[in-house]
Amino acid sequence: MREYKMELTAEELDILKGKHGETLRKAMESVVLYGETFGAKRLVPIDGPVHLVTSFGIPLLTPVFDKMDQLIEANLRTEKPFTVDPRPLDYENVKCNILEKLVFKIMYGKQEEYEKQLKKVGLKDSKAFTCTCYLDEVGNIPKKGDILAWAESSAVVYANSVIGARTNRNSGIIELLSGIIGKTPEFGFIEDEGRKATWLIQLRVSKLPNPQLLGSAIGMKVVEDVPYIIGLDEFLGSKLNDEVKDYLKDMGAACASNGAVGLFHAENITPEAKEEGRKLLVEDYKTYIIDDEELDRIMDSYPIMWKDKDARPKLCFIGCPHLSLSQIYKWTNDIAESLKAKGKRKVSIPTILTAAPDVVDEFKNDKKAYCMLTSTGAKLTSICPLMYMNNPLCAKKPIITNSNKLRTYTTARFYLDEDILDQITQ
Amino acid sequence: MTKTFKGRPVLKGNIEGQAVVSREGMNILATFQKSALKKAKTVIAADQNNKDLYGKNLTGKIICLPKTIGSTTGGMVLETIAKLGIGPKALLFSEHIDSLAAAGVILADVWLDERIVTIDQLGDEFLQAVEDGQTIEIKEDGTVILK
Repeated sequence: MREYKMELTAEELDILKGKHGETLRKAMESVVLYGETFGAKRLVPIDGPVHLVTSFGIPLLTPVFDKMDQLIEANLRTEKPFTVDPRPLDYENVKCNILEKLVFKIMYGKQEEYEKQLKKVGLKDSKAFTCTCYLDEVGNIPKKGDILAWAESSAVVYANSVIGARTNRNSGIIELLSGIIGKTPEFGFIEDEGRKATWLIQLRVSKLPNPQLLGSAIGMKVVEDVPYIIGLDEFLGSKLNDEVKDYLKDMGAACASNGAVGLFHAENITPEAKEEGRKLLVEDYKTYIIDDEELDRIMDSYPIMWKDKDARPKLCFIGCPHLSLSQIYKWTNDIAESLKAKGKRKVSIPTILTAAPDVVDEFKNDKKAYCMLTSTGAKLTSICPLMYMNNPLCAKKPIITNSNKLRTYTTARFYLDEDILDQITQ
Repeated sequence: MTKTFKGRPVLKGNIEGQAVVSREGMNILATFQKSALKKAKTVIAADQNNKDLYGKNLTGKIICLPKTIGSTTGGMVLETIAKLGIGPKALLFSEHIDSLAAAGVILADVWLDERIVTIDQLGDEFLQAVEDGQTIEIKEDGTVILK
């Protein structure tokens, strides 16, 4: 047995000695070594289901499938049913040509097999594929103070900041192994010290900024540090209602992808900021002032990755991270009204709205609203736009989006919501 | 003249090898994916954004870098490369190791018994001093000697 620096319980040591089987030993050893690398002194029990980032069956990643097989063979599964990031494909709602399909078939050739493996190690159900697992309709909802082991960056920042739960930004597979052993290493965002803010973000803007633009500005400046934001409550109020949660969901995802933010505090809004206020700031914090000019500067700084910068967009993705139910309603109304005002019937650019399968089902239950959306020509799906754009043929297409995360990781071009609406209803 | 640096051994080992240096963060997915997909016998760094590494053979080399960057699949790609037997001999980080690289080297070590010797926190001075092609000796206690 290796020598470990971490304080381990008798039960954990027994597992590490292989008394409960070789596979559980490897799972425990991986999490312990990972924790030790980041200075964790012990493991702590997790209070809720894990959320996995690895939702795609890319044949290249053979060690992932082998590990799954070993876990299944050893009859190991997570203590609580888990959720996982979105599926990569939905040919019914996101049309692809033959060549694109061929590439997808190679890229995600192990999807079906991998989903079967996920089910055997504890996947909640066949609808548990979303990056917004914390929404009411999906139901992987932590409570404030819960210790978790999540991996998807946009879900991590939401759980930490908006809910006040505690999870690190775990690497893929480590979160699954944490779910298997039911414990996570105690370091970083799990501890009070790791939740202190090292940046004060001061908003001096004339109107509520677009959340994806504001998140981008914050993420690019603080990178992986914790920001404490003041001035947002002037526009959002202090009640964490659905609208505010949606705003923080999208802002957080942009912070997490344009930088690597795993936790933010918003004064008078997020739970820890409400309780502790500016005591959350470390003594020698840095300050970043965001005004209208700074937001314009950030917006202008985004490179256009299209070959032909003046190309007419061929596709529009709305919903990365996945939309909430109220956001689908809002987009449905906005698109329908904008078309009506312009005397048009259908969207002029194929438009894809993405949301969790459970959220999509809930929306479809409202037949009138669903009919209104489909009559505009827009489609509703549950895929991950990022995984769609990982196909080099799709990446070549001029695609527009309201997601700053999608802009960061792909060739998609970012526009503010109002500009997206204007373009798709031209 | 030799220069000696001391870091923290994440996965220890006594080895000697040739340096390949990246002064900026290494994107694991972009660097290794192409070679892994082709099941190539050696890894030729394929990330065009990383001018230091692009086009260089990384198999069996000691990669000196500040940290790794990019997609959260990075750790799994690193593990895959180790499984294919075409990974680097060692990773020497000037900064604290990031979660992607940590997961990759630990999972390869525990599940595949494939060790990529890993030392972190060697400091900025190390990354400034080390040169491409230089012979490096690594000792179990985290000592790194540039020859």
